[in-house]
Amino acid sequence: MPLEAFQVLSAALFCIGLYGVLARRSAVLILMSIELMLNAVNINLIAAAAHMDQTAFTGQIIAIFVITVAAAEVGLALAIILRIFRNRSTVNVDEVDLMKW
Amino acid sequence: MSEPLFVIVAILTLGGGLGVVATRNVVHAALFLLLSLVSVAGIYLLVFAEFLALVQVLIYGGAIIIVLIFAIMLTRSQEYPRISDNPQWPLAIVAGLAVFGVLAASFLWNLPPASEPEGPGLAKIGESLFTKWAVPFEVVSLVLLVALVGAIIIAGRAGDRE
Amino acid sequence: MRIVDFFLIILGLLVLFTALSVVVLSLTWLERKFLGRLQRRLGPNRTGPMGLLQPVADAVKLVLKEDILPSSADRAIFWVAPLVVLVPSFMLWVTIPAAENLVLRNVDMGLFYIIAFSVITILGLVLAGWGSANKYGILGGLRSSAQLISYEIPVIMVVIAVAMMAQSLNLIHITNFQLPGIQSITPETARLEAGIQNVPFAVLQPLGMVIFLIAGLAEVGRTPFDIYFAESEIVGGPFVEYSGAHWSVFFLAEYMNTFIIAALTALLFLGGWHGPFNPTSPQWLESLVGVVWFLVKTYFVILVIFWIRGTFPRLRIDQLMAFAWQVVVPLSFANILITGVFMYYGWPWWSLTLMSLTLSSVIGYLIYKHVTAPARKVAEVYNRRRMIERQPRRQAGRQSSGPSAGPEEAVSGG
Repeated sequence: MPLEAFQVLSAALFCIGLYGVLARRSAVLILMSIELMLNAVNINLIAAAAHMDQTAFTGQIIAIFVITVAAAEVGLALAIILRIFRNRSTVNVDEVDLMKW
Repeated sequence: MSEPLFVIVAILTLGGGLGVVATRNVVHAALFLLLSLVSVAGIYLLVFAEFLALVQVLIYGGAIIIVLIFAIMLTRSQEYPRISDNPQWPLAIVAGLAVFGVLAASFLWNLPPASEPEGPGLAKIGESLFTKWAVPFEVVSLVLLVALVGAIIIAGRAGDRE
Repeated sequence: MRIVDFFLIILGLLVLFTALSVVVLSLTWLERKFLGRLQRRLGPNRTGPMGLLQPVADAVKLVLKEDILPSSADRAIFWVAPLVVLVPSFMLWVTIPAAENLVLRNVDMGLFYIIAFSVITILGLVLAGWGSANKYGILGGLRSSAQLISYEIPVIMVVIAVAMMAQSLNLIHITNFQLPGIQSITPETARLEAGIQNVPFAVLQPLGMVIFLIAGLAEVGRTPFDIYFAESEIVGGPFVEYSGAHWSVFFLAEYMNTFIIAALTALLFLGGWHGPFNPTSPQWLESLVGVVWFLVKTYFVILVIFWIRGTFPRLRIDQLMAFAWQVVVPLSFANILITGVFMYYGWPWWSLTLMSLTLSSVIGYLIYKHVTAPARKVAEVYNRRRMIERQPRRQAGRQSSGPSAGPEEAVSGG
């Protein structure tokens, strides 16, 4: 498979995730869409490293770091969501707007 | 042989992604996300990155989805009104399509010099991680530690800190 | 890939599935007979000679039972959960070698593949508990995921220590490494083998084998770690609303997982298909004897697992989690540490055995003291009271009332 196929797939997945972040109301669903975006980036990095950088495979090492940081971020974001839910009984991000203008 | 496989795995990935952003039931969205992430592991296998495919299954399929389902359970997301979309979703579609257009054009415009895909093998990744990328490795483990300690403190029991 | 290869793989999968079903049926029969004998009774002996048709009767009963779907349960999740539990268990079997050339597909990172796919089973249990729309189901699902995730860590660490010794994640390489006199696999391993005698890893890392068995038992959910789905504790936990054919899927998955843990112990620690009487010349005879040795070792480990089930009481969930995080996880890290020290300094092979046994006996002694502390305290108080109770009779008749009055006075006075 040519490299462009993987890259266009990664772009499509990224844009699906982008739509999810912009259009969903529940914080948990937004978090899932962010995971989709991170995975799209990983596909791009790994495919590019496998096709072009066959001595050092830098992209795949960086993809490992991206997976790790994404895992940490999911844990932390869910802790924040739980806290917000405990205080306001909602996970709707439109209702958490005390500090808005 | 890899062409039909790629098409199947790509359909599963994009289908799972569309399921995440389009369904109204939160738990179904988590299951679609699982499908999508395991299909991404399949894509990694297509470029012979076996170690990363297994890491993807282990971490995403085994840990992150479970944490997401716990969060769905604890925030009782499925009991609240199932209006899960913003009123600005048409704008979101336009934005998504625009970004996709720009990205696809940039990927297809100047094709970089690419050869047949090759996998690194576990020994090469391990060597790289512990010699050239040792400092980022340690920093990332510190990031994990700080994030998890922070998560425990933030989500601590009600009344623990007050 | 040619069509012939494709059909060979399909045939291999069918053979594997049949063999697994036969093994699971034999395990159910073996367990009930063995537990019966441990408990001084006969076990099933009415259905067929020696109860050999009992698994068939069980299967027929389960299939004929009505499949109940609770009305407020989410139908999709209710149906998907047994699949998410069964499919990874079956996928693991594709890479387990029964003899050197009897493996469906030997993956180069076989051990890592096994670890990665055994973590997906946890998700199936959470979904099963959640999809049942039952309080106790959800509670059981949450507890099961906590237990399984906690005990996944020692399994991974012990497997890392074994991979460090064998310098490979390939199951066939690891098993062949345990054969005395084997040639080195790569030039790097030749350097390390100077210090490692090619003995089964049970001799080199007894602590590793014990941790693998304990954590593996907790992973599968067998007694003494089966509180999350025990009938008398939480009414079946995540499986409470499943009946009939659905429940038989979970039952099948549990026995397949038990067999996997036993097979992995036999491969990683006991030397797999190697034995004293292995012929090398005719290919089919070598495979056959290899499979026989593999099954003998695996069934031996399974009998030990059943023996543990018949002997120990169940651990409470907080005891279980305390045991995991305070004992097993630090021990598994210490196991990696001593393996690394041994490999780095190039000490002789018996030094690892010595360190391993010392660590396990120290920890075992500390656990013994901690667990028997209440009983020892009671015994100490009892002995002290008896010694005090003997003294008033030797004094000059002041407290000549019977022995029943003495201890109360002595205890209230002292």
